[in-house]
Amino acid sequence: MTIAFVIAGTLSIIATLLAVSRSNTVHALLYLIGSLLALAVAFYTLGAAYAAVLEIMVYAGAIVVLLLFVVMIMNLGGRRKEEERALLGPSVWVGPSAVVLGVAVELAVVFASGLTPATESSYVSAQMVNAVVFGPYVIGVELASFLLLAGVVSAVHLGRRHQKVIETGSDSPPERSSEDRDPPGTGDRGESGPAWATRLHSKEVVE
Amino acid sequence: MSVPPVYGMVLAAILFVIGLGGLLIRRNMVFVVISVEVMLNAGGLGFISAGARWAQADGQAVFLFLLAVAAAEAAIGLALILWLHHRHRTVDSDSARQMRG
Repeated sequence: MTIAFVIAGTLSIIATLLAVSRSNTVHALLYLIGSLLALAVAFYTLGAAYAAVLEIMVYAGAIVVLLLFVVMIMNLGGRRKEEERALLGPSVWVGPSAVVLGVAVELAVVFASGLTPATESSYVSAQMVNAVVFGPYVIGVELASFLLLAGVVSAVHLGRRHQKVIETGSDSPPERSSEDRDPPGTGDRGESGPAWATRLHSKEVVE
Repeated sequence: MSVPPVYGMVLAAILFVIGLGGLLIRRNMVFVVISVEVMLNAGGLGFISAGARWAQADGQAVFLFLLAVAAAEAAIGLALILWLHHRHRTVDSDSARQMRG
């Protein structure tokens, strides 16, 4: 079981190094998925099968896929179709495939050899974990619900359309020309004042 | 036959350092979020290996809470990336070094 942990840890380190050093965002996310799968194997060999399943389902299945969706929405790079086709060469998918294949072979060997962590002394079952989480740590569950609610509210707040803010932010920088140095209050403000003062004045009237 | 828990701690330290290096080096906001996820994951591995050392369920319980923290962090980080891309047409974190208002 130790050799399985060492192999999984090495794969995870290599995949993480590649994930944080790639220039293409999608490739980095694919390497990150491979790293998370290898780390799930490491959790399993440590006797934490429940955490391994959650790692695959929540991290690789939800969080990283959410990142992938956002990268695709923003269309970072904006390539054309022939460039996209050129990107499908072997140099693109060989690296992530090697990482994932290593994890798969290792899992097959672990399962075939019958080295289930149920025989280990350090095995912690899902029943024990949930008995602890909803027992002495139940206040942590409540705090996690608060945290997730705050995350949802802030994500919705940041994701709103900021059209009004962007418009006033784009045309509000006043030009420091000669008319800007006119003393304020000379004459009617709406006619002889600088343009940005007129806008500010009308904005005050509107509001 | 079981894995020595110091191996898990060493792996957690290596992964944390990789994530920290990526966080400090990269300018792309997507890679900043990836690096923070790697660091949170390394922290979870540390908790799990410590829980496996004493065969207690507390390590995995803390890992469950770390999952909630990582999910909230990913949601807010992605909303910030989308806001930055909508506002500045880039995901360079240096483009947001000046605040207004």
